[in-house]
Amino acid sequence: MTGAAKSGHPGGSLSAVEILVQLYFGGHLRHDPKNPGWPERDRFILSKGHAAPVLYACMAEAGYTPVSELHTLRRLGSIYQGHPDRRFIPSLEASTGSLGQGLSVALGMALAARLDNSPSRAYVLLGDGEIQEGQVWEAAMFGAYHKVDNCCCIVDYNKIQLDGFVKDIMELEPLAAKWSGFGWHPVEFDGHDLGAVASAFDEARATKGKPTVLIAHTVKGKGVSFMENNPKFHGVAPTADEVATAMKELA
Amino acid sequence: MPTATKYELKSGPATREAFGKTLAELGREDERIVVCDADLSKSTHTHLFAKEFPNRFFSCGIAEANMVALGAGLASSGKIAFVSSFSCFVLNKGFEQLRVTVAYPQVKNVKIVGTHSGISIGEDGPSQMSVEDLALACSLPGFVVVDPADDAAMRALGRKAAYVDAPVFIRAGRAKAPLIYGPDQSFEIGKSIELLPGSDVTVIAHGLLVAEAIRAAMALEPEGISVRVIDMHTIKPLDAGAISRAASETGAIVVAEEHLTDGGLGVKVAQAAALSHPCVMEFVGIFDTYAESGSPEGLLDKYGLLARDVIAAIRKVLARK
Repeated sequence: MTGAAKSGHPGGSLSAVEILVQLYFGGHLRHDPKNPGWPERDRFILSKGHAAPVLYACMAEAGYTPVSELHTLRRLGSIYQGHPDRRFIPSLEASTGSLGQGLSVALGMALAARLDNSPSRAYVLLGDGEIQEGQVWEAAMFGAYHKVDNCCCIVDYNKIQLDGFVKDIMELEPLAAKWSGFGWHPVEFDGHDLGAVASAFDEARATKGKPTVLIAHTVKGKGVSFMENNPKFHGVAPTADEVATAMKELA
Repeated sequence: MPTATKYELKSGPATREAFGKTLAELGREDERIVVCDADLSKSTHTHLFAKEFPNRFFSCGIAEANMVALGAGLASSGKIAFVSSFSCFVLNKGFEQLRVTVAYPQVKNVKIVGTHSGISIGEDGPSQMSVEDLALACSLPGFVVVDPADDAAMRALGRKAAYVDAPVFIRAGRAKAPLIYGPDQSFEIGKSIELLPGSDVTVIAHGLLVAEAIRAAMALEPEGISVRVIDMHTIKPLDAGAISRAASETGAIVVAEEHLTDGGLGVKVAQAAALSHPCVMEFVGIFDTYAESGSPEGLLDKYGLLARDVIAAIRKVLARK
């Protein structure tokens, strides 16, 4: 998709594949593509909106949007906008792309569900670099103080952001301790192990009285040898030759 | 035919108080109403709602960015979310969130209430004063922006704000607001109110300056100067028809507001007049500066926001006519 668009963010999309696949197709996200407005559905927000390609692929596969148009990513008039845009895909729960805001929105949705005695849960995926934003920690304080245990925050901890390795830009460690200190229940696991991802979602659902943060250790560009752990592919699309190589490796 | 002298302009409660009472009433009538506040509920008067409906009131701490986006989440899931703080904090600290989580995705049931607007907050000084809030709020596509002038206006427009199919910014003040409207006055979002008819010049104002405009008209009546006074309580969408009529029928307009002249109602009225009937105009407002600490009355005097200043602008615009 990003190859056809000649721009985009392939690395951070590939690091989140197993997380989104498990959410959408592993029975964790309660949703109904035939009834996207179902009030008691679970919500998912891609706060790291630049990973739109992986979200679009999942939503299209689930039946929300046409698979046949995925290649129009980022083109004028495409529903597959550069970052998720509810005006073009109404079944998106939020428009994202400016980092740091999705957790707050998800907490609001979770609170609304609680007021309505609805079983609805709110899931939100954050990038690791994203949590350098101060608003994330405002939201973290809020979520713990108000015991919003039907909100599940996932951090795609691929250790790379646009300018390079996270540790060279603004170190996040000790990450689990930070969340724990803010009153959250942190769970760390291999974000590419589908079983581990499923167990983490189960643990989040079972945790009451405090919100859970899933810290998914991932590899940026996972599955494509020349993209893996390569900061270049945060925000640069592969060339046609690179796409051909990548597709062979991913097949 | 009403005359300027019919207005007594007795002292009334601050519009923030009217807002707080209206919000509590709405809470009783509609379970969808929820309120978020950032450690200023006693000042914004959302504490009245909080006391009655603690489960629908969310204390957000001093964290406005999270609060605004939280409101967007609540509204996206079926609630009517009133998000309140001092105007300067909720708009300046929450602006990015207003843009990305409310305006851009078109989340309509977020209702922002900014109290302590303008410089009439007084002694706390410029860090707490909001002199650019209307410029910011009006730059959010799809937003409705209102600045009610008195108790009755706030009660009516606050209620309308809850149910209009758009996100709303409601501007409220700390200072006591002179009573302008009777109990029978009806208000519609987007429809200005002609408080006094006039043929020589029109003064268009919002908020606290509406009363000053009336006082100016009263003062000039004995001189035979006929001043039309319009309360432009809705800054957006603008009542362009009323502006067009004022421009063509009186040929001169003064805009008076407790806001920076850059980006306030004045530029919007000028734009509307330019598109219909260009006419001479003058502006009463805050000119490219921050104010200072002082009594509200002292500040309005020093920064040129009294009837005296409206009168001076009227004389100036009439001389240019």
